[in-house]
Amino acid sequence: MATPARFPDAYQPDGGGANLADILERVLDKGIVIAGDIRINLLDIELLTIKLRLIVASIDKAKEMGIDWWEDDPALSSGARRRELSRENDELKARIAALEAASRTAESAPEIAAAEARPRKRGGSPRAKGSEGSTPGEGGDR
Amino acid sequence: MIDGQLLYVYAVTRPFTAALPSDVRALDGEPPALIEHRGLCAAVSRVPAAHFDAEPLRAHLEDLDWLAGVARNHQAVVSALATVSCPVPLRLATVCRDEDGVRRLLDSGSARFESAIERLDGRVEWGVKVYADSTVPERVEPAPEVTAATGREYLRRRLGQRQTRDRSWQRAGALSRALHADLCERAEAGRLHPPQSGRLSGASGENVLNAAYLVPRDHSDEFVAAVRDRTPQGEGVRVELTGPWAPYSFVGGPDGSPDSGPDVGQDVGPGRGRSEQEGS
Repeated sequence: MATPARFPDAYQPDGGGANLADILERVLDKGIVIAGDIRINLLDIELLTIKLRLIVASIDKAKEMGIDWWEDDPALSSGARRRELSRENDELKARIAALEAASRTAESAPEIAAAEARPRKRGGSPRAKGSEGSTPGEGGDR
Repeated sequence: MIDGQLLYVYAVTRPFTAALPSDVRALDGEPPALIEHRGLCAAVSRVPAAHFDAEPLRAHLEDLDWLAGVARNHQAVVSALATVSCPVPLRLATVCRDEDGVRRLLDSGSARFESAIERLDGRVEWGVKVYADSTVPERVEPAPEVTAATGREYLRRRLGQRQTRDRSWQRAGALSRALHADLCERAEAGRLHPPQSGRLSGASGENVLNAAYLVPRDHSDEFVAAVRDRTPQGEGVRVELTGPWAPYSFVGGPDGSPDSGPDVGQDVGPGRGRSEQEGS
């Protein structure tokens, strides 16, 4: 029991104290929950934890990818990519609908658009940010 | 209760004899006090009821600055305890009326504390984060309009930039998977946390992996070296190591329920034996 410290040096990225996100993530969200005499409604703690999680976790990313992607997807970023692809597909479906409406006589347009709707096989599909409006490669290649 | 004072409980350990680091101060500006009871020891400090009774506490919890101060102090005390013993951290703001209340808390949580100490004694937690520095490629490449002769050329460059950024993200993802698998082999347990926002952490880049690993204290040097070895230079990917932490991420869930113990998911093998080999 309790041999005095033979700790390795502490590592913090900036050489200073731990960042607040690292601390809150542990102190607030981990650790044993046990009722003391002062009862905070457990619901309050849960709500606080959720709120803090929204601050601690990336809000932009949370919106972009769904807040639980790291939990349900052990493959990590593949979940993010899946959602990107899913959204791209939605955008492309919308384009297909527009094309179909614009040129009901030409059958080829939807087929090309449908082929474009599978960027998964091509690798390197552009991230969705700012990609609306121009889809390089399409249109320029014909 | 003594004169409007309550007792804030930071962590529970086994009783210990070694001296705490002399500079550690609890919320009252004093070194934490220790209350021993039936083979367990609670590290506590006095706090004003005006701030820590149920009503004011609830209001304070909405205040990020207040919360940050208490959290840093909580962490400092737990960290000091970790240098001499195996603290089981309690959730922030666990408060009792008096010493009898602390003893009741120790009694009621006795089984959970004992099992956590049993599991965690001699272990520390290391945090490993991977970032994709997705902005770097944009800076080093010339702006498309500078050299693009045609609209088509412009579009191709734009696509190239996006693909570069995408590759940075893919590299970070691939590194995260490989690193996590490797570190799980070296650690007794691993846990994935939600990626952090740069807003609060101040870190640049996109946090892709935010993991914690439970490592025997005596093996920490090897673990740290392994993280260093697997850290690539450049390539728009960054690995960040923090620790050693008290084993916060491994003490168990809100109710100590079995499913919220150390999270040993499919990809988080208990990996008892440390593997000495390098590479995949």
